[in-house]
Amino acid sequence: MNKILKSTLWILVAILGASAVGCIAVNRGENINALWFITAALCIYTIAYRFYAAWIAATVLAIDSTRATPAERLENGRDFVPTHKWIVFGHHFAAIAGPGPLVGPTLAAQFGYLPGTLWILFGAVLGGCVQDMVTLFLSTRRDAKSLGQMARDELGAIGGTAALIATFSIMIILIAVLGLVVVNAMKHSPWATFTVSATIPIAMLVGIYMRYLRPGQVIEASALGVILLLISVVGGRFIDEHNTLRLLFDHEGLSLAWFIMAYGFAAAILPVWLLLAPRDYLSTYMKIGTITLLAVAIIFLQPNIKMPAITQFIDGSGPIFGGKLFPFVFITIACGAISGFHSLIASGTTPKLLSNERDICMIGYGGMLLESFVAIMAMIAATVLEPGVFFAINSSAGVVGSNALDAVNKISAWGYPVTVEQMQILAQQMGERTLFARTGGAPSLAVGMASIFGKAFGDGLLAIWYHFAIMFEAIFILTTLDAGTRVGRFMLQDMLGNIWPKMGQTSWLPSVILTSGIVVGGWGYFLYIGVIDPNGGVNILWPLFGIANQMLAAIALCVGTGILVKSNKLKYAGITAAPLAWLVIITSTAAWQKITSPDLRIGFFSAANDLADKLASGELPTEKTAIAPQLIFNLHLDAWLTLFFVSLLWLIFIDMLRVCWRYISGRSVLPLSESPHINSCLLDDWVRD
Amino acid sequence: MLTKLKYLWQIIRRLSGDDAYEVYLKNFHKQQCKHDNTECPKPLSKADFFKQWQDDKWQGIKRCC
Repeated sequence: MNKILKSTLWILVAILGASAVGCIAVNRGENINALWFITAALCIYTIAYRFYAAWIAATVLAIDSTRATPAERLENGRDFVPTHKWIVFGHHFAAIAGPGPLVGPTLAAQFGYLPGTLWILFGAVLGGCVQDMVTLFLSTRRDAKSLGQMARDELGAIGGTAALIATFSIMIILIAVLGLVVVNAMKHSPWATFTVSATIPIAMLVGIYMRYLRPGQVIEASALGVILLLISVVGGRFIDEHNTLRLLFDHEGLSLAWFIMAYGFAAAILPVWLLLAPRDYLSTYMKIGTITLLAVAIIFLQPNIKMPAITQFIDGSGPIFGGKLFPFVFITIACGAISGFHSLIASGTTPKLLSNERDICMIGYGGMLLESFVAIMAMIAATVLEPGVFFAINSSAGVVGSNALDAVNKISAWGYPVTVEQMQILAQQMGERTLFARTGGAPSLAVGMASIFGKAFGDGLLAIWYHFAIMFEAIFILTTLDAGTRVGRFMLQDMLGNIWPKMGQTSWLPSVILTSGIVVGGWGYFLYIGVIDPNGGVNILWPLFGIANQMLAAIALCVGTGILVKSNKLKYAGITAAPLAWLVIITSTAAWQKITSPDLRIGFFSAANDLADKLASGELPTEKTAIAPQLIFNLHLDAWLTLFFVSLLWLIFIDMLRVCWRYISGRSVLPLSESPHINSCLLDDWVRD
Repeated sequence: MLTKLKYLWQIIRRLSGDDAYEVYLKNFHKQQCKHDNTECPKPLSKADFFKQWQDDKWQGIKRCC
């Protein structure tokens, strides 16, 4: 009876999920309620977790709860500490959930709500969650080794080197694109610039408090910091309305880019306790608090989605970024569906806290499900806006024109009516001078979040909610920027240390300054490229970031597939090989199009050639003539970088196939580097409460 | 009810790292003194431990995109 009841319950969940997905998929021309998205997501996640993840854990990975984890065997009270599963889950989720799942779905909404939503749901349960879970498992079985170390140990030197280069490359592009998002959110917005700037002294104050005034009192210091952050959001209005003070915080994109580069350099060389660590505490609390608030508000308010299911921009003519639905929706949404960056957290960091292998399913698979849910909420927040408003905010002046009237006429002609008055009123409500051409995804997401929060908690505070959302996005973008620059510095020091050992000393000041300068110079240049780009920069940088991130995911899945084959689990290797094949297809197709497409908004070389022709024939306006040579160089650089990424991907993919083929044909391969089985003594300890 | 609140507070402290020093002390006594009955080295002070703990925490990739 109990079994029948359970089966019936699961059948009902499946029917409800299928109905919700069907409702989302077949709806055309009518408003659809956001609750359908939540229902579809929850049902799919529940079924995937209960059946697919459980099957992978039990049958494919053969998780062994009696086996001692690295946290138990190598316990040192610092980084290796057996920890309660929910606390590990919290740490893991806080580490993997960055701005990616918020920005990607917002940009991909230009195709309509349907393609992005389906990719977030199915990409996560079949790809992203599997990647995170398998990587977590493999690292746990290998003394919490990093992805690069596992690639080197299991596939060979080629795999290890490729993983190292890929990690460094993605770090550079990631920081540049996130920097661009922040710059575009602060451009000519004194309120936003003040609030974001205020996070720096607030973080330093919290750092000093935790270091000298009350050492180790993390909760009270963080509470103080959160209160000060909220005061800075409210205080930004005063700055904005003050005729003199507002000028101090009213800047062009390029000036802001220089500020961010200077900030990134300072953050990389300052001690971690002063800026990086306290900022991370604040951003983690803000992130978890705001995402929870958004979820509650969406469930409570049940807003209607106003964006159509599919727009005409699936043909590649989209105003936010060029490129057809296939493959660009899969490149644009990385973090909400599958993100290679997660494999860096799932290896090396989380396994050091894991007290029992049986928690791998919940933390690896479940953590990514929650991230996917965040992406669904971002999609809802972006698509509850009137489509005309959405496109007016996200379309660059280079696409729709710098004049407000031209922009609304063009957007209205696409079939998404919007007026100048409507945009002016909205900007006024949000406490901004204008919301036209605020590209990058953060402003439109902030408007969407403010609308939801405003409806749920009162319309009178829309401007405060908008700037709260901007601060919320900026604070953890800057945390990623700080942390990424620092990690890039360590990686570069490590590499240079092989040539000159002194350079490898992480505390030697000349090495610190040189390597920090190189890393900041690397991402700073790409940020500069994005800022001076007439089309807003997102069109160039976001696809590059997507390709790099999916390349890293492919490397993680190559390691997973290679180890499964070497473990005599060829028949189950499809769990990683299938998403790997999909990633290879979409990444290669996107890279091919970015390099060879004759469409000027897609192909880097064709855009460079067109610009060169116009420059030679004197067709360019004066202001563009001055920067044209640099734009041409940048486009060539982007094309070669894309080619480099896709070559790296194929190199490791072929290397993985070589290792698998050698193993299957009975030839020698590197042995499995799994640590020996030692019985766990923690089964009845407090960590298993 | 009070027990549940205490448990919740313990989770919040563990998640935030507020009790990291207590965990260290507990582990220190367990690890350092188990084989040596005569003399046990002194653990780090809270301030010193916290500095090292923060530095260690930021040696690798800790935040994602």
